[in-house]
Amino acid sequence: MSTRSRPLSPHLQVYRPQITTVLSISHRISGIVNALVALGIAALLLSVAAGPDAYASFAAIAGSLPGKIALFLFTLSMSFHLFNGIRHLVWDSGRGFDIPTVYASGWTVVALSLISTAGIWFAVLGGAA
Amino acid sequence: MSLRDPLAQARGLGPAKHGTGHWWAQRMSAIALVPLVIYVLYLLVSLAGADYSTVRLSIAQPWNAVLLVLFIGTAFWHARLGLQVVIEDYIHTRWLEVGLLIAIKFTYVLLGLAAIFAIGRIAFTA
Repeated sequence: MSTRSRPLSPHLQVYRPQITTVLSISHRISGIVNALVALGIAALLLSVAAGPDAYASFAAIAGSLPGKIALFLFTLSMSFHLFNGIRHLVWDSGRGFDIPTVYASGWTVVALSLISTAGIWFAVLGGAA
Repeated sequence: MSLRDPLAQARGLGPAKHGTGHWWAQRMSAIALVPLVIYVLYLLVSLAGADYSTVRLSIAQPWNAVLLVLFIGTAFWHARLGLQVVIEDYIHTRWLEVGLLIAIKFTYVLLGLAAIFAIGRIAFTA
């Protein structure tokens, strides 16, 4: 008697990715990334408290190319989680659950995340130049 | 004001013996983090590329120090609550799940306190 040949119910990979599902898992992934960002901000504060040498080491890592790429992704992760978090808080109040609104708020979150990330990096690179 | 079920509030227990405490704390910290994250992003952008003394003096400003302490406390609390849910959802080996939950809690309490202490040191020795 084998249970192996029994049909399985459809799983994640048979469904086409949609804005609802992609943003849902993205909220979780960006939350995990942001938990690491929080530790990074703690490292910044500890380095400033420790003195100029420690801060210089921190600034060197943050200012390197891999550091800048990480900071860019952190900015995207923070802004996405911020805007999508507000979307979740609106849902928690019982509003915005009909499908057209869910799609519209989802694309709004995507647009706001991209615009704010671009704006922040325009300010950072413009200020440094 | 509370959205908790009155009976659960009277007993202080739900089926998980915690009621809606975790869910509610995650939302409260989320609401507080909306303005705090915008403020911290603004502060970090304004300090990008700045030299050591500028960064130190800026963090030592009373309002910056107070808001940074609030941000660290709230963000670390929110992060710990969120990571807890992720671990509970995906780790199905009980000893590993409990071990990770303890490690996450200890890490975020320790580093959160260390960061707050660092802000205090910067503010009081500037």
